[in-house]
Amino acid sequence: MTGQRAITLTVNGRLHLAELEPRRTLADFLREQLDLTGTHLGCEHGACGACTVLLDGRPVCACLTLAVQADRRSVVTIEGLSPPDGSLTRLQESFRRHHALQCGFCTAGMIVTAHALLSENPRPSREAIRDAISGNLCRCTGYVPIVEAIYEAAQAGGPAVTTAK
Amino acid sequence: MKPPRFDYAAPETVDDALRLLAEHGEAARLLAGGQSLIPALRFRLSAPDLLIDLERIEVLAAAEPRRLPDGAFAFGAMTRHRAFERSPLVRERLPLLCHAMHFVAHAQIRNRGTIGGSLCHADPAAEWPALCLACDADMVARSSGGTRRIRAQDFVCGPFMTALNPEEILLEVVFPAWPARRGWGFREVSRRRGDFALAGVACIVDLDQDGRCENIRIAIFGAGETSMLATAAADALRGRVPSKQNIREAARAARAGIVPSSDHHASPEYRSDLVEALTTRALCQAVSLPEPS
Repeated sequence: MTGQRAITLTVNGRLHLAELEPRRTLADFLREQLDLTGTHLGCEHGACGACTVLLDGRPVCACLTLAVQADRRSVVTIEGLSPPDGSLTRLQESFRRHHALQCGFCTAGMIVTAHALLSENPRPSREAIRDAISGNLCRCTGYVPIVEAIYEAAQAGGPAVTTAK
Repeated sequence: MKPPRFDYAAPETVDDALRLLAEHGEAARLLAGGQSLIPALRFRLSAPDLLIDLERIEVLAAAEPRRLPDGAFAFGAMTRHRAFERSPLVRERLPLLCHAMHFVAHAQIRNRGTIGGSLCHADPAAEWPALCLACDADMVARSSGGTRRIRAQDFVCGPFMTALNPEEILLEVVFPAWPARRGWGFREVSRRRGDFALAGVACIVDLDQDGRCENIRIAIFGAGETSMLATAAADALRGRVPSKQNIREAARAARAGIVPSSDHHASPEYRSDLVEALTTRALCQAVSLPEPS
């Protein structure tokens, strides 16, 4: 018997009720049922980090999380890390300035991971940044501008991003 | 691919989980952090009828380990890798575990993956089975028939095979308290940070007042069908004051003691070289001797 499950979860500050198959991953639920397509699918087995979201404040691979595991929990996606008026956060501005994205496919995951890092470690060294993003693969930039963007955004001090409440 | 269809249950007690396991037998799989099981489902290597999610069973995921009468630390099987990485208690009392966590995959995986999941998955290249061997840990398993304690060296039986029977759940992992002065070493080589180990060594060395090895455990992972204790290497050092010379002997014994696996990541010759080199370095680290450059 593989029936639907009812789940309740907070996504970017809003409560959602959903019924879905247990095999539905959090990534697919976010993208297909909530239209939050900022979370990208790269490898779908936890190696690339393109699908990184915050689950109860901690970065996880949404492709390796079942939506039912997010029941009664709080999820924040890339969409939840920007102010609603569409302006860029300091972290995003820094990515733009440092050319820390080219195709942009890894970028959402990078920003989510960077956000989690800066929430815990507001002034990380470049070493700590490289360590923190080691679960986020980029094929375009060679990582140096990404590390620099995060480093500079951190040095400026204050909250790096605005989280939608 | 997307996972195949399965039913899902999230019991709140161990007894409920055991009941479900007994009912469904081999058609059920236990879900811990899911960082190995969900990829297996996605690759269609596994197609269970029922997933039993252990996440809501509070006793498996206590924030702090239980302290046992003999001073040992009992960690719930659902303790996340991240908890071992960040815990001040682990850093202070079981520092090898804290250090080794930096090598386990990457942050996103460590936020979900668990010690119990890693041990029960028993990947030959995983760190946890070797850490448990090095620290002489015990695994506590429960079935409807009762509870039993399994020593680390008896727990892993083969690649992806453990001594657990299908109706057992791993409850906790017990780490004996470390003596006040214990040296430890850990070295791992992988192609990229966080990749599965091509080979790795975890060791602990206790010296007596005369500086001789009183207790020494060297665990090797990634190199063979399972992680294993390098007993000949430990014998080479036991009762002796460690020196560059006898560490080299021990490392050669470690190399001789493995049957290196061959795959597209590394040849058996390379794995053998790694085992010898990493044993040397880990032992030097444990006894504070300079490592060969």
